[in-house]
Amino acid sequence: MLGKLTWEAIPFGEPLPILSGAVVGLTILAVLAIVTVKGWWPYLWREWLTSVDHKRIGVMYVCLGLVMLLRGFSDAIMMRTQQAIAIGPSQGYLPPEHFDQVFSAHGTIMIFFVAMPLVIGLMNFVVPLQLGIRDVAFPVLNSVSLWLTATGALLINMSLVIGNFARTGWWAYPPLSELAFSPDVGVDYYLWSLQISGIGTLLTGINFVTTILKMRAPGMNYFRMPIFCWTALASSLLIVAAFPVLTATFVMLLLDRYLGMHFFTNDAGGSQMMYVNLFWAWGHPEVYILILPAFGIYSEVVATFSGKALFSYRSMVWATLGICVLSFMVWLHHFFTMGAGANVNAFFGIMSSIIAVPTGVKVFNWLFTMFRGRIVFTTPMLFAVGFIVTFVIGGLTGVLLAVPPVDFVLHNSAFLVAHFHNVIIGGVIFGALAGIHYWFPKAFGFTLDERLGHASFWCWLVGFYLAFTPLYVLGLMGMTRRLQHIADPSWRPLLLVAEAGAIVILCGILCQIAQIYVSIRTRERRLDLTGDPWDGRTLEWSTTSPPPAYNFAVLPRVETIDAFWHMKRTGQPAQQRAYEAIEMPRNSPAGFITAFFAVVMGFALIWHIWWMAILGFLAAIAVVLVAGWSVEREQEISAAEIVQMERAR
Amino acid sequence: MASSLQEGLLDPQGPIASAERLLLINSTAIMLVVVVPVIVATFAFAWWYRSSNQRASRDLSESYEERVEFVVWSIPALTVILLSGVIWIGSHQLDPRARISGTSDPLRVDVVALDWKWLFIYPDQGIATVNQLVVPAGTPVEFRLTSATVMNSFFVPQLGSQIYTMGGMITHLSLLADKPGEYPGLSANFSGDGFSEMRFVVRSAPAGEFNAWLGEARSSGSALDDVGYAELSKPSKAVPPATYRSVDPKLFDHIVDRTATGRDTTGMVHQGGG
Repeated sequence: MLGKLTWEAIPFGEPLPILSGAVVGLTILAVLAIVTVKGWWPYLWREWLTSVDHKRIGVMYVCLGLVMLLRGFSDAIMMRTQQAIAIGPSQGYLPPEHFDQVFSAHGTIMIFFVAMPLVIGLMNFVVPLQLGIRDVAFPVLNSVSLWLTATGALLINMSLVIGNFARTGWWAYPPLSELAFSPDVGVDYYLWSLQISGIGTLLTGINFVTTILKMRAPGMNYFRMPIFCWTALASSLLIVAAFPVLTATFVMLLLDRYLGMHFFTNDAGGSQMMYVNLFWAWGHPEVYILILPAFGIYSEVVATFSGKALFSYRSMVWATLGICVLSFMVWLHHFFTMGAGANVNAFFGIMSSIIAVPTGVKVFNWLFTMFRGRIVFTTPMLFAVGFIVTFVIGGLTGVLLAVPPVDFVLHNSAFLVAHFHNVIIGGVIFGALAGIHYWFPKAFGFTLDERLGHASFWCWLVGFYLAFTPLYVLGLMGMTRRLQHIADPSWRPLLLVAEAGAIVILCGILCQIAQIYVSIRTRERRLDLTGDPWDGRTLEWSTTSPPPAYNFAVLPRVETIDAFWHMKRTGQPAQQRAYEAIEMPRNSPAGFITAFFAVVMGFALIWHIWWMAILGFLAAIAVVLVAGWSVEREQEISAAEIVQMERAR
Repeated sequence: MASSLQEGLLDPQGPIASAERLLLINSTAIMLVVVVPVIVATFAFAWWYRSSNQRASRDLSESYEERVEFVVWSIPALTVILLSGVIWIGSHQLDPRARISGTSDPLRVDVVALDWKWLFIYPDQGIATVNQLVVPAGTPVEFRLTSATVMNSFFVPQLGSQIYTMGGMITHLSLLADKPGEYPGLSANFSGDGFSEMRFVVRSAPAGEFNAWLGEARSSGSALDDVGYAELSKPSKAVPPATYRSVDPKLFDHIVDRTATGRDTTGMVHQGGG
């Protein structure tokens, strides 16, 4: 009846997972209780859970990313603490079977449920506003994407209390991830949560490619699009091209695990090397799916706070597209040590270092944008400058790792760990934080507290260098990654410094929580009544903060890049024509309900509860079909209503 | 063990590791030529063009200079062209399969990754060891590597290149230790619960001492037969070094065959199989 699920799945005897599970569970219960007591359910349901408004969906994505950041970061602190303690005779406080789950969950969560939601959330909020349109191409689909991503996040967190998570690292290389070596449900939690959220991500990619290619404001041709939209387009194209590879790879691994097939097994003709190739054929583009939109954010931020147009917009666009194409030709640099011949290794090494050219061009363009500008050091600009310096170092170590013989001694080392945290924290996370600070007033109508924002930035920056510089050195000293126990006591001082760095980053996160709290408390004083708090250049600043559901009462007419900047300079009002009725999509519960059944299905598949899996699958499909056949999908806002709403602002 | 900054790649003990360290230093130097000015310029621009600086001369009009554009593309392009040469030559010179030219004939060692220890078979000498690799100093060592279990990576940081060990597959690697000494080795690819203890020691000994060790190994310990191998290949952690006085020189090939044909996937080869 319940497949593999028994009471033994809940680790009552082990304090750590039960404790952390209890904390997560109690937090969720507390939130639900508050919502119920305060009677917020109707509001939440109407305005958020069923919303198909790209702005609301964007905000919910970012919230999901930030909440999961707390989870992923607690994993990080646990790992750093274990490595700082478990040296020489001490085995630390995490036995291997726990430590292995912790680093696997850390990687999986940080990539799929922190970085991705943050990036996709900002894309959701910003792209339609920058394009001067009212919503994305497929608003209901957008809501489905969000909730499928949330499904994956929920399933991963369920593994804390019910069963266990994968102990394979976040790549789940076979044969370790095959049934013979990982017979428990850990890998199944990994696979199903990523399969379900992966579908959501693919739908997002399709949605944004369509939106950007087909739905721009009148007059906005491709070379008048804000640079962030270009990077969002490149990132969405990569999603559409790369995510199906991941899905297909995981389908094969699932067939191995569930039906005894031999795609990647050690035996019967299976090829583990094929999995590694396929995984990174998705995995390397994924890096650029994350970093390209971050580059876009920096471009917007640097131009706005330097008071200048972005230097050489066109080469920025070509650099973005160049990276987009090149990112598919470098996957082998993740496994130079697999024994490929010198020609193959050299080819992929050279291709990888060629990516440094368009990336270097971008760095120079940001520098020339700052040159002779009037730089205002708001929090987003601090993150942008911190990023340039940090990312250049990460790029250097990245190109080092692209030199095959150097990789032979640094592959899988702490040096590599330091490198990719260098580019993901210093690139993607700094970018997301810059973007959140930059667009927060647009989303909520008031600015964030700058003092705490600065404090948070400095903690992140200093914390990053403290945490990861020692890892660079340890990597050179021969320390490999994923060590539950460290044999060499002479590494202790550096590991302690790394631990201190993690604690400084924790301070940065606490500053941000305080910042949000303080800013909400003092929002009356920090209202943004102009809609344009930073003297912005692009169309999102031409509407009110927060924008009405329809974004623009009258669609703007675009004649140049930096359209709003020119409207302000030439005195041409952004919106002047007579109001007309606007058709907006109606709210739809389809996404939320589909996701509910996806959770049921995913959980049932993980635990081999076949009847429940079939029911969940059929129900999810039924919801999609019902939603697809409904005819009343739009509602009209009449011209009179718009006049009224616009006057009220 | 050496003091803290004299380890791993920072303290190479063979020609491969030395060449790799040199390559690391050269590549870093090439890039620093660009990276350092960029970092300095970032700080300089950020400081000088801050809005409160009255002395900065500004030009907020959207100027775009083609000449600057040209420079902007050519600086990283030239750097990468230079590096591409380094990569091409380096990849060929330091191909893990390439033989190391030495004065003496190479020593052959077959490496098998097990859960969670390393088995070293000396096919020409007919002995085997676990978690301990003794080699003559100054003699090239030619490894053939495989795994009887999941993927691992064979790595002796002070001697240079690592290489994956994979079931049903053979990878090749040549290393050389210049001087007598003891160098830590490890698995550099996560392989499960016993991974962090999957360490071994490479002892590089002068030729005479190596031969004495061989003689000692041949006359002590047990023989590694099928029963012994079945026992050894069961998962175990933090296994102390051991030697076997004799071993079937074909054991390595049998393990590769058995893993590939799938007689078992648990890492345990059954007696008489293959």
